[in-house]
Amino acid sequence: MGNQGQSAAEIVFDQATKAYKGAPVPAVDGLSMTVPAGQICVLLGPSGSGKTTALTMVNRLVELTSGDIRIDGVSVREQEPTGLRRRIGYVIQQIGLFPHMTIEENVATVPQVLGWKRDRIRDRVRELLDLVGLPPGEYGGRYPAQLSGGQRQRVGIARALAADPPVMLMDEPFGALDPITRAHMQDEFLRLHEQVRKTTLFVSHDMDEAVKMGDRIAILRQGGHLVQYDSPARILTAPADDFVARFVGTDRGLKALTLRRLGDLPLDPADAARDVEAAPLAAAETLHTALSALMASGSDRLPVADADGRVIGTVTLDLIRVEAGRPAPGKVEEPDAGPAASLSASAEGEVA
Amino acid sequence: MISGALIAAPHPVIPDFGGVSRCVENNGFFCTDWFTANWTSVFWPALVEHIRLTVMAVGIGFVLAFAAALLAHFRGWLERPVSGLTAFLYTIPPLALFELLVPGTGVSVLTVEIALVAYTLMVLFKNTLTGLREVPADVRRVGEGMGLTRRQILLRIELPLALPSILSGLRIATVTTISTVEIAAFIVDQGLGSPILQGLQSPFNTQFIAAGALAVALALVADGLIVALGRLLTPWARTRRAV
Repeated sequence: MGNQGQSAAEIVFDQATKAYKGAPVPAVDGLSMTVPAGQICVLLGPSGSGKTTALTMVNRLVELTSGDIRIDGVSVREQEPTGLRRRIGYVIQQIGLFPHMTIEENVATVPQVLGWKRDRIRDRVRELLDLVGLPPGEYGGRYPAQLSGGQRQRVGIARALAADPPVMLMDEPFGALDPITRAHMQDEFLRLHEQVRKTTLFVSHDMDEAVKMGDRIAILRQGGHLVQYDSPARILTAPADDFVARFVGTDRGLKALTLRRLGDLPLDPADAARDVEAAPLAAAETLHTALSALMASGSDRLPVADADGRVIGTVTLDLIRVEAGRPAPGKVEEPDAGPAASLSASAEGEVA
Repeated sequence: MISGALIAAPHPVIPDFGGVSRCVENNGFFCTDWFTANWTSVFWPALVEHIRLTVMAVGIGFVLAFAAALLAHFRGWLERPVSGLTAFLYTIPPLALFELLVPGTGVSVLTVEIALVAYTLMVLFKNTLTGLREVPADVRRVGEGMGLTRRQILLRIELPLALPSILSGLRIATVTTISTVEIAAFIVDQGLGSPILQGLQSPFNTQFIAAGALAVALALVADGLIVALGRLLTPWARTRRAV
């Protein structure tokens, strides 16, 4: 039962609806969407838009009123709740580590109730703690009160991955962290996701986080209506209506630049040598960073260097403007070469 | 019979003056020689009885209160009636409760134990239930979301986290019971209460002081043992940001 684990499973919402008794409008109203196996789907919306309700209907902490949710084709309604939940990783903002258990014991919880052998549990716990960057020898025996907020959330993620579930549910997992730790944890989770490829539903109310984390973004409005379900690039460049446009923010043109990398531009090495005095920008940087650097330098052009430090071209304000008007390569269309892959590649350097 | 325990005391109220120490002769504040001479015949048996009466009362009270708290944890409506009843029992003065019980259960250890158990229930029930209720909501939610059954959440999460609160209830109940057992000597000639009562009736100081001091020492030791048990069982509670 879930012992072997699967790398990922497709999640289908089919007219999923939750109406609480006595509430005038449903919390989630006829939600239909498909999250392809292995992708990260961010549920984004203001408070009261039913994001968390939609998330917890998947593991039946909230029961569907009507409609269905299927994981790899099997309805959650047909699965016994505890068994279903043991096959789904669950991470929340408050983390909810068990304060009376050591880090190792926390991570071992689900394998234990699944009846794994002691040796197998020990190996799995060590593997996971290494994976989230907490050496088991140093951290395994500590209690949650002895860790920092970011470290605790790593344990929360390791614990959710313990039984190798095909699906992860994350409810504003980094919402309580300070901005620097949050950015770091986002990078780390993307790196982790590259390795484990779990189908992940990720609740957020932060547009920047959604753009960074999501292969797809589902924007929900008050009353649990799905307004737009698309790639981050499409949401930024082609918001479905005024609500999305307002929610995305007036700086969506700038945000869209975070999805493009200098390395993706048609750079000409021939004119590369001209601005030698300025420090070159790395090809892995986003157009957003490049624009910011251009503004800060007061110049209208800066050199771009590849990973080995060789100058491969020059980025100009004009070039950024022209490129911003072109459709961005979506993560959905090119899952292997999209921004998620390169983001996590750059994150690995910071982590090490 | 109630006062019979006092009058027909087997021990001399004023000790035999044949060949006694100056201390005893002058009725000093505390005569060590008399105390040691009477240790095996008077004080040790009384101490053992005192411990037995206390352990029995706290043990039975704990089982009852714990079961009631578990029920009330799962069936919230039970809390009001149970805490009302235990609070009512707690308000009855011990001697009055003994007298009320005697017509039913006689002048017996049973009478004493029923009363002693009744007094432990309130604090044990309240502390156990509070401990279970105070488990953080997010911890319980994650437990549920991870696929733990209700029973696993109780055994693996709620009870361990309630332990400090349960143990602090146990401390209060134990120390209170040790002092109430002294009053039980009005009913049965057992425990440190009987040498205290006898000592009160005589001008001789040592017996009264020795028995009283033993009762205080017993309470302190019992309290310390429960605190030590708590330290042993809740190692996480002592770790505060060691990094």
